[in-house]
Amino acid sequence: MTGNIRFDRRTVLPTLSAVLALLVHLLVPDSPGYTSRPMPYFTIVLITVTGISLLLAVLSLFFPAVREKYAYKSLFIAVFLLLLNILNTATLKLMLLPAIYFPSPDRILKVFADDGAFMLKCLGYSLKLLATGYLIGAISGITTGILVGWNRKWSYWISPLIRMIGPIPSTAWVPIALVSFPTTFSASAFLIALAVWFPTTVLTSSGISNVQNSYFEVSGTLGAKTMHKIFRVALPAAAPSIFVGIFNGTGASFITLMTAEMMGVKYGIGWYINWQKDMLSYANVYAGLIVIALTFSLIITLLFRVRDRILVWQKGVIKW
Amino acid sequence: MVESSTGIIHAENLKKVFIRPDGETVVALDNVSITINAGEFVSLIGPSGCGKSTFLRLIAGLSMPDGGSLLLDGTPITGPGYDRGLVFQDPTLFPWLTVYDNIAFGLKVRKTYRQKKQQVREFIRLVGLEGFEKAYPHQLSGGMAQRAALARALVNHPKVLLLDEPFGALDAFTRMNMQDELLRIWDERGTTMIMVTHDVDEAIYLSDRILVMSSRPAKIESIINVGIGRPRSRDLPDFLRLRARILQILDFAGKHADIQYYL
Repeated sequence: MTGNIRFDRRTVLPTLSAVLALLVHLLVPDSPGYTSRPMPYFTIVLITVTGISLLLAVLSLFFPAVREKYAYKSLFIAVFLLLLNILNTATLKLMLLPAIYFPSPDRILKVFADDGAFMLKCLGYSLKLLATGYLIGAISGITTGILVGWNRKWSYWISPLIRMIGPIPSTAWVPIALVSFPTTFSASAFLIALAVWFPTTVLTSSGISNVQNSYFEVSGTLGAKTMHKIFRVALPAAAPSIFVGIFNGTGASFITLMTAEMMGVKYGIGWYINWQKDMLSYANVYAGLIVIALTFSLIITLLFRVRDRILVWQKGVIKW
Repeated sequence: MVESSTGIIHAENLKKVFIRPDGETVVALDNVSITINAGEFVSLIGPSGCGKSTFLRLIAGLSMPDGGSLLLDGTPITGPGYDRGLVFQDPTLFPWLTVYDNIAFGLKVRKTYRQKKQQVREFIRLVGLEGFEKAYPHQLSGGMAQRAALARALVNHPKVLLLDEPFGALDAFTRMNMQDELLRIWDERGTTMIMVTHDVDEAIYLSDRILVMSSRPAKIESIINVGIGRPRSRDLPDFLRLRARILQILDFAGKHADIQYYL
């Protein structure tokens, strides 16, 4: 450790913002429209945030790496806490919005405390469905993409099919899927697979047919046979394009998952939101949305990591 | 030089015709007959459209002749194979593989990598790329990339190495370095070398024989035995005389407009 203690003014912003929110929450009286007893959740969260931000601010004094990162992010964190503060004021304190549709942060946090376990169960079910459909869709998409991109005969028969079926949003198949499959789970998995399959196929095949011919020529003179040319040349060369397809498919799969769960599936986080909406429990709806947001952004982050791993050779070639 | 008994290319009345998009046929190679001996270094030189690259591609097996015969050690060439290595002007390294994996590619697809692993290192050393094994192609300079491409072709121990303007995109210093490097490798391995070039000096510096080709009709105009002892110096009278003669054959004197092109 260096004896070099430095203070960056920015690092206190989050703490200030958190303390401000806490003061408003504790000192300003609740709107008389709220009849329920005061809840401890928002207070707990704000005290925790204050504690963590204070700890980070102190660490920033001593560790340059922490300081640099935390100071850079601090303005964002402070503004985010300020927005929470405003939201709390607009709902709990002043009731500027209809309380039934726009619950206070406390009430949303209460859902996590009371209903968290059940939401996790719903999320688990959703993820199982998503993974099943997603894997089927991605694998079959890459397979058809290779066939169409590589082989003229396959392209002749399958390309028109892709052009016809591909652009139909997979949610439009709901009525047919629900009667064609034995369970709503398999029907939904099929719809998700279809949503992933289309962009993956299109971008895999276009990626493969755009591979520079000289790569194939060189690989031939190095002794590569057809299978090598497909799996050791075409596929890695087309990988950037394939990933674009997979990313598009991921977005489509989320949409399809939610639609399927709101229309027929009897479980899952999308179903949970729909069910709570029908019961006018909007705090639960928001809690569900937060769970979805966190989960999906986690999935996307993981996918980015995987891509960066596989496409490490592109670093410096293409900026993302 | 190591004597090798294989790597003989024999072309007899070789013909290649292309059909242009407008329907007109272009004779890219017309009745070319030549025998290139095992371990020989031969350069093809001539104006563009003289079919020198076409000839190289036919030997590589990347396209098929429309007439005549083309044999490697007495066997007709029916397609590409690792016995005929190919190096383009553009190194065409696989960008998704490291230098090491690029060079190991041939051994891997031929399933001989396990037994011949040490060869990859050997060739990395031969072309002077130690320390760059883990680099990706985009991190290499033009000269280094071309060395890697050379090693990638050589690791298969081809009987014939086909070079299509391999140093055309390099700066003058790097090019001269690479020429010496190539001679050293040739000396060590005794591979038959067939090189297409635009550079008359390069052809004289490297080759046993120079095939000067002409366009319309695309055929071998004349075959020149260089016959200067190695190592060659670019400013010897013999060298300069030969240079003047080749330029004359290329009808250089009458085409000042094209000066840039031949140099």
